Amino acid sequence: MSVGSREAVLNKIRTALDGQKMPGPIPREYDTHGQHAPGSEHVIETLVDRLEDYKALVVRVGPADLADTVSSRLQGFDRIVVPAGLPAEVLEACRRVGRTVFVDGDPAILSAAELDEVQVVVTASRVTVALTGTIVLDGAADQGRRAISLVPDRHLCLVRADQIVETLPEALHLLEATRPLTMISGPSATSDIELNRVEGVHGPRTLDVVIIENS
Amino acid sequence: MTTFLGIPIRRHADPSSPLREGESFPHAARREVNNEQLRGNLSRATATIRGKRAAVVAECADWEQLRDAGSAIKADVMSRLPELLEELERNVIARGGTVHWAADAAEANEIVARIAKSKGVDELVKVKSMATQEIGLNEYLEEVGIAALETDLAELIVQLGHDKPSHILVPAIHRNRAEIREIFLREMPEVPADLTDDPRQLAMAAREHLRRKFLTAKVAVSGANFAVADTGTLAVVESEGNGRMCLTLPETLITVMGIEKLIPTWQDLEVFFQLLPRSSTGERMNPYTSLWTGVTPGDGPQEFHLILLDNGRTNALADEMGRAALHCIRCSACLNVCPVYERAGGHAYGSVYPGPIGAILTPQLTGMHGHNDPNSTLPYASSLCGACFDACPVKIDIPTMLVELRAQSVDSDRGRKVPGGWSSAMKAMSWIMADDKRFRAAEKGLAAGRLIAGPDKKITKLPWPVNGWSSTRDTPAPPKETFRQWWAANRADGSDGDRAPEHNQKPEGTEGP
Repeated sequence: MSVGSREAVLNKIRTALDGQKMPGPIPREYDTHGQHAPGSEHVIETLVDRLEDYKALVVRVGPADLADTVSSRLQGFDRIVVPAGLPAEVLEACRRVGRTVFVDGDPAILSAAELDEVQVVVTASRVTVALTGTIVLDGAADQGRRAISLVPDRHLCLVRADQIVETLPEALHLLEATRPLTMISGPSATSDIELNRVEGVHGPRTLDVVIIENS
Repeated sequence: MTTFLGIPIRRHADPSSPLREGESFPHAARREVNNEQLRGNLSRATATIRGKRAAVVAECADWEQLRDAGSAIKADVMSRLPELLEELERNVIARGGTVHWAADAAEANEIVARIAKSKGVDELVKVKSMATQEIGLNEYLEEVGIAALETDLAELIVQLGHDKPSHILVPAIHRNRAEIREIFLREMPEVPADLTDDPRQLAMAAREHLRRKFLTAKVAVSGANFAVADTGTLAVVESEGNGRMCLTLPETLITVMGIEKLIPTWQDLEVFFQLLPRSSTGERMNPYTSLWTGVTPGDGPQEFHLILLDNGRTNALADEMGRAALHCIRCSACLNVCPVYERAGGHAYGSVYPGPIGAILTPQLTGMHGHNDPNSTLPYASSLCGACFDACPVKIDIPTMLVELRAQSVDSDRGRKVPGGWSSAMKAMSWIMADDKRFRAAEKGLAAGRLIAGPDKKITKLPWPVNGWSSTRDTPAPPKETFRQWWAANRADGSDGDRAPEHNQKPEGTEGP
């Protein structure tokens, strides 16, 4: 359905373009791939550097230590929300020491007000760009609805080493455009006061990243 | 009233609008540059951002290749705009969205209001958006009884301060932390009296102020940084998370987007997502980028309206050279490097689009309606130093376009019955310079200039019709003798100068500007 001045606008554009010279082809000589393989040591080190620059917390663990690491990084918090498709061992780690864990959508989805009462959200991620320190969520079952990774004040985000690519073009190539996508580069921040960056405004004020290395 | 040489000055009769607030650039700038607080705030902020931008741009070995691609993609978009817009429309509708077309500001405002009213709300939340500022949406909604809450920190500072934005990216750039603290203390009932001017505390105050609004809002309005034709995907780039809140939590989302914000393919995002953050906030990547395509069942707003806005863009498009102004991705890098913007500030431009890009975009959107139109003064708001062209991530040749618009403005003014200072001065010069005797006689008059200048060798006030020249510049005193006089005195033998002159006596005042 469309309404309003559709034909009028399109006709004005066509008139404006009438008789124009067509521009040449688009040069794409920029880098579309990094120098290093996804998940390589160099790529992981770059990512860690970028995340720390954004004042995110970051830790590297082997797969065997994942559950214990998740549990220890949740220390001090007792209300957690998770998406329905988190790996079983991570869900188990969230539930340790009597923490209350809300599984979004199981049985019911949480309202915005309920999410506001939760302290931490734990999610996986789809792909991560090392050079820009950017983690992308695509709403898959292990990441959940956009609201759950937004309202809680702390985001514990799991990134598998093999999901880390060096450059942004590589990441966009892996993404499905029509999914709801959120690209996250550090905790919420603003540069609106004298153009100095201050971390922590409306989004999660703490971003805690667990990089799971290849075994 | 002084005459600014070559620059039209009178007020336009049109009522004030966000693209033509009513005062000419020279008048507004004269007032603004005298505001020391403003100049201090601006010079600190722009120096900070220039340094950050330079550092992150230097990291990209392929920066120039990215700029070339960005520029070419935008040129391609403009040349195929009708088919790409129809492709975008098809894809948005296929994914459950509704697409509206608005020829002008009034039509876009009415569509937003109609949707909001159909949801029964008297309040909505907003993501920072230049398009909605351009159409004066907040003011319109207020008239029809709907409060539009700005949620971006800088926009909030402007809104609470009953102020106008002065920068594309950081609308409150003209305010320093102490001023922001005062505004918050005055306008936010819930802030503690011991609020300091620490930026972190100020950001927390904004968080508290808006939190409940985000969690309960039913309708949100946003702009769009990019719209991808071949997938129907919209993108909003932001920092604070206010964008995510507005794009995710409400039931209804209305996005107002200029028709030029389109890009053809998903792959093209890889160019702009690299160019934009580094050029705007000087970061490798902004904290949050949201991408959505129509409606996703069970996630985010279940009703999505996209309003495609013309509002003068087709005027700019019709000018094959001026069309490049529509390539702008609103990064504001050109503002931050502009010596004129840094001193005059954004308010002097009398448009929501200030700075170098505003000086070309604003008159192209509105047209320049002769001598009385304040927007006819905007192409003169530049020293043509070219820093904006170097900084522009999509390589818009702003200086050349400024010169072209100046020519258009002068041409449109030729039919006036009473000649202005500029054409009088040019006609007089032309008459004098066309004849050797007249020129020589005029040279003799230069001695008077030395008298006027006095011991500091500066003329601060010239007579009509060139008085406009001296209204913002000092003119150096003329030399003791002109070159021709010197030649006559030193080459009395009648030499025609075909051998190297053995000059010991250089004429005074010829060694530099």
